[in-house]
Amino acid sequence: MSAHGGYYLPEPSHWPLVGSLGLFLTTGGLAMALPSSPGGEMGSLAVMYTGFAVLAFMMFGWFGTVIRESESGVYNEQVDRSFRMGMGWFIFSEVMFFAAFFGALYYVREIVLEQLAQTSANPYNNLTGEWIWPAFKGATWPTAGPEGLVYKGAELAEGAKLGAKEFLSMKAMGIPALNTLILLSSGVTLTIAHWGLKKGNRNQLILWLAATVLLGFLFIGFQAYEYVHAYSDEMNLRLSTGAYGSTFFMLTGFHGLHVLVGATILTVVLLRCIKGHFSEEHHFAFEAGAWYWHFVDVVWLGLFIFVYWLV
Amino acid sequence: MSEAVAHDHHHAHPTGLKRWLFTTNHKDIGTLYLWFSFTMFIVGGIMALVIRAELFEPGMQIVKPNFFNMMTTLHGLIMVFGAIMPAFVGLANWLIPMMIGAPDMALPRMNNWSFWILPFAATLLVAPMFMGGNFMDGQGPAFGWTFYAPLSTNYQNLGFFVFAVHLLGISSIMGSINIIATILNMRAPGMTLMKMPLFVWTWLITAFLLIAVMPVLAGAVTMLLTDRYFGTSFFIAAGGGDPVLFQHVFWFFGHPEVYIMILPAFGIVSHIIPTFARKKLFGYSSMVYATASIAFLSFIVWAHHMYTVGMPKAGILFFTYATMLIAVPTGVKVFNWVATMWRGAMTFETPMLFAIAFVVLFTFGGFTGLMLSISTADFQYHDSYFVVAHFHYVLVPGALFAIIAGVYYWLPKWTGNMYSETLGKWHFWLSAISVNLTFFPMHFVGLAGMPRRYADYQLQFAEFNMMSSIGGFVFGLSQLIFLYLVIKCIRGGKKATDQVWDNPEGLEWTVPSPAPYHTFETPPAVK
Repeated sequence: MSAHGGYYLPEPSHWPLVGSLGLFLTTGGLAMALPSSPGGEMGSLAVMYTGFAVLAFMMFGWFGTVIRESESGVYNEQVDRSFRMGMGWFIFSEVMFFAAFFGALYYVREIVLEQLAQTSANPYNNLTGEWIWPAFKGATWPTAGPEGLVYKGAELAEGAKLGAKEFLSMKAMGIPALNTLILLSSGVTLTIAHWGLKKGNRNQLILWLAATVLLGFLFIGFQAYEYVHAYSDEMNLRLSTGAYGSTFFMLTGFHGLHVLVGATILTVVLLRCIKGHFSEEHHFAFEAGAWYWHFVDVVWLGLFIFVYWLV
Repeated sequence: MSEAVAHDHHHAHPTGLKRWLFTTNHKDIGTLYLWFSFTMFIVGGIMALVIRAELFEPGMQIVKPNFFNMMTTLHGLIMVFGAIMPAFVGLANWLIPMMIGAPDMALPRMNNWSFWILPFAATLLVAPMFMGGNFMDGQGPAFGWTFYAPLSTNYQNLGFFVFAVHLLGISSIMGSINIIATILNMRAPGMTLMKMPLFVWTWLITAFLLIAVMPVLAGAVTMLLTDRYFGTSFFIAAGGGDPVLFQHVFWFFGHPEVYIMILPAFGIVSHIIPTFARKKLFGYSSMVYATASIAFLSFIVWAHHMYTVGMPKAGILFFTYATMLIAVPTGVKVFNWVATMWRGAMTFETPMLFAIAFVVLFTFGGFTGLMLSISTADFQYHDSYFVVAHFHYVLVPGALFAIIAGVYYWLPKWTGNMYSETLGKWHFWLSAISVNLTFFPMHFVGLAGMPRRYADYQLQFAEFNMMSSIGGFVFGLSQLIFLYLVIKCIRGGKKATDQVWDNPEGLEWTVPSPAPYHTFETPPAVK
């Protein structure tokens, strides 16, 4: 352990290299398993699972080291600031990742659809549609494209049955609205937990943090239920359902994955709280988890408006 | 004002291979980055020479067309992601803590991880080259470094490519987060933002650009992956998507990426020219603001790479004018360097030679960029060798020369020994002449209509291509002088003083040469 003007500089560590190996096995394994021709069979994923195991091992080891160092009090205020900046900029990078998919949604909805459906005021913009798919004229969002399934609306008329070549869009005012309520409440419960931590009220901290984690997993449960419903014959809404299916599942899917990560972070923080970690002033991990959770929350609001509501 | 300690006495460091695998020291990691970069530079350079050998004469002589396409693709990707970017990160690791008076980078373990992802990413990228039995029939990526859909979505080993880009992105983002945290949190007391050395400023802005656009690139390749394997239709018009969408997402990353590869070069040159002109930089704050302006503009000019794809006229005009605006802050910089040299007491050591060549030749590349920004003219230049000439001028005598200049400038500080000035001058003159011999004729063949990325060409382009190929081989071989010189300098030579040069500015010159393992154990006072 070496203190340099108070700034903690860690000893040489093998964890980063273990992490690189884990990433390599995970991605290399998946790359090898992917079919080399469209429609081909997936190969063995054993290498990828090994990679996951190595990554999990790395995370236990690396985070464990950091937690031990933190609890032993070697991190001063300046180190804490470095961590805060690191987390803040990491979240910014995540925002930009989602921005790419929101941008894709905007582009297929507002620009591509107009060209394919031949609804542009500028006749030159309509040429692709006119020449290749004249029958697609006048199509509106949601769409699975000129050669995809036909959009039948958000729900069927009483007694009607969905055809094999048709799909439904996801209604905003059902499970998604409920999930909005769940995520927003989880932001409130998390803040109450934080107040408890700052006041030194451990019961308040643990109770409300547990509630937050519970709400998080509840959200994931509802989301999974929604996906199962979407994939059924009652909706025919899948990842392969053209532009609508692609943007819907990629945006909500990556968001769901981030909720899972956020809930896992908060679970770890909860376990640490139960073990008696953190102090009233010194609890960066809690705050980092909270920032991440609020980020996931805000992305969801964007999804709720642009993916579910404005259909 | 130097309060550095000559050696680190706190604990024993692992030696041998373990030192490099597990290191958390910014200097070790900087060295790793620089050697990795040089290795990739040689690999990418050999690929360039395969291209130039094939193009020495019209007709197909050496490789098959697909192998040629693989060479252009991998040459581009390796030079951008393997050579230029890691070289700048290596310089940042070595220099930023020394320049701002910090003991090390802010997050040393993550620093190690940022580096050690790179060799694995490079392995994923080139591995498919060795698949498919016969080497000449390798299955490496062969769709151009811009990997436009739908060409790339038909690639059989797309997974390897996509994950290589993901890993490169993770590495860049972590490296950038570390650099920002270091600059914003680790400065010595008294070093306000507007007292920071320009290399630090340019890297701060570069790191911001990287964190903003690498995730967008990750998004783009993820969409390629799902389009190919999981049934999505982002880039498939039949499903309501559009291949043009790929170009938008890619270039939203790609244009800031161009500045990621040049802003730190601006920083390096802004250190070297004042030292050898023996004058203060003409306008420090205007340099800072110009850098920030360029970074801002880089986000709103991306579609100038796709004028011919079929965009609305209003869009084309917007991107034309926005692109031309970049000439303003860039001009501020160029005039700044020239005004710094004006009436200076100039000497021409190797770093200065490379820096001056940078100013002249980068500006030349900037001018051809201005020509390309004019959408109406670009309809002729698009995808021709004129474009190849343009971006090689800004990247080779631009970014690469600045990196080389920086290595010469700081090498005595790193090793404690002076390099051989004679060899340095040989390296410079051979490089400067051959780089122009290689790339200058490309303007002519491009304007005359030779398209880029083809393994063969019409007879009328033969002479200029032969000149380019000769230039390319001379340039490639000249770099071996550099390798020899650096190794020689590491192993010994005339001892460098702490200042190394004649009164250079910056904290790094106040510490011993070679610089101690942890430079500033207690922060220096900055006036």
